[in-house]
Amino acid sequence: MSFDIPDDRRYLESHEWARLEDGTVRIGISDFAQDELGDVVFVEYPEVGDHLDREEVFGVVESIKAVSDLYMPVAGTVEATNDALLDAPELVNEDPYGEGWMLEVAPDDADDLADLLSAEEYREQVL
Amino acid sequence: MALRKPPLRAIHAERGAKFTEFGGWDMPVEFDSIRTEHAAVREAAGLFDVSHMGEIEVSGPDAADLMQRLTTNDVTDLAPGEAQYSMITDEDGVVLDDTVVYCLPGDGADYLFVPNAGHDEAMHRRWTRHRDEWSMDATVANVTADYAMIALQGPRAADLLAAETEAPVADLSFFEATYATVAGADALVSRTGYTGEDGFELVVPSADAEPVWRAFDCQPCGLGARDTLRIEMGYLLSGEDFDPETDPRTPYEAGVGFTVALDTEFVGRAALEQVASAGPDERLVGFRLLERGVPRHGYDITSTDGMVVGAVTSGTMSPTLDEPIGLGYVPTEYSDPGTAIRVVVRGQQKDARVQTTPFIDRP
Repeated sequence: MSFDIPDDRRYLESHEWARLEDGTVRIGISDFAQDELGDVVFVEYPEVGDHLDREEVFGVVESIKAVSDLYMPVAGTVEATNDALLDAPELVNEDPYGEGWMLEVAPDDADDLADLLSAEEYREQVL
Repeated sequence: MALRKPPLRAIHAERGAKFTEFGGWDMPVEFDSIRTEHAAVREAAGLFDVSHMGEIEVSGPDAADLMQRLTTNDVTDLAPGEAQYSMITDEDGVVLDDTVVYCLPGDGADYLFVPNAGHDEAMHRRWTRHRDEWSMDATVANVTADYAMIALQGPRAADLLAAETEAPVADLSFFEATYATVAGADALVSRTGYTGEDGFELVVPSADAEPVWRAFDCQPCGLGARDTLRIEMGYLLSGEDFDPETDPRTPYEAGVGFTVALDTEFVGRAALEQVASAGPDERLVGFRLLERGVPRHGYDITSTDGMVVGAVTSGTMSPTLDEPIGLGYVPTEYSDPGTAIRVVVRGQQKDARVQTTPFIDRP
């Protein structure tokens, strides 16, 4: 089974990804994670304006089979949440790197992304 | 201790299934996705490997008596080739396991019953111990390792099966069984299942499992979909909706009083007669969550005042209804359909409503 692990972003060992776009960090879960979870039914995320630290639990992703905590890849303040997931949680399964994104945060320090796993390092972990 | 493996395990792995441990067995939980597999069964047909279920054969002059005295239902109702759903209870009327009992086709002297995954050895011991205690002339054989069981379920199941056998299986009534050659293998075919759809369960020798499995070109389904399908029907899962160690229940509490024939002699009868006349204090009910969330085993059920009154035993997001549903025990005074309750999901009380099962419409 091969998983999509794009090079244009960085990863946590707990399978979240983070991508810097115009000073904002967009966050979601990897293709490997959505496959492990199976059919996602709910995503819980924080409020816009909440500040969270790196590796703090920012929410929960729930599938038919399981419930999983979601961890912040970087410390920052929540600027946006993907409300499309309220009605269409399956976007997380169908397009985990695109339409299935979960949070946008203003990072405390954009350089923190360098502490995360590269696509290559994450690939080694899951394959 | 190593997990027991179904004869078809390598084929499932080749197909890319994900596996899970269940009842001491290494079983496929998902082949493609629970939603895909679930929908296939409701709309067309799905194929399940249920070889983790046990098979115990009981034969000999006292076989019927032995079956009668260790199960709650009336075995004498069964003609050869008929099966019934029944409970195995202890002296206090507590359910040890639920099972399907078959009076095997033939001269009617032989029986087969199917305990749940991981219970075959204990049930075999129970049967032989009582056989000896009661000095009965009966042979009890645990043949679980010798057989594979495959379930073909869905509106298209009858057509798919008919294409693989000369036997007139489409004529079988619900809970009727026959011997037949299916895809070249000797099979016990019964019109039974755990999904609420039309379907069949095939018991075949382990060595023949592969050609039988491969004969049916339809969606392979794992334990994940098996669970969502049975919850939609309100069917019990041994170990989840009752457990003699952690959540002892009588058949009346579990909503299966119809399996109890109080006019027959069986272990637990006297205790159950009392429960039947007084009525159980708690009952298993179906409920639907009215807010976002998925009810899961062990979650508290509260009154609308927030007082804990019971617990969820089974729950899921229903793929057919796209709503969260579940089963759980509540005091009898909360068990009427329409009663407002709450389910505590990760510290938050979510509104729910008691309703009858099955949750889905059945023709």
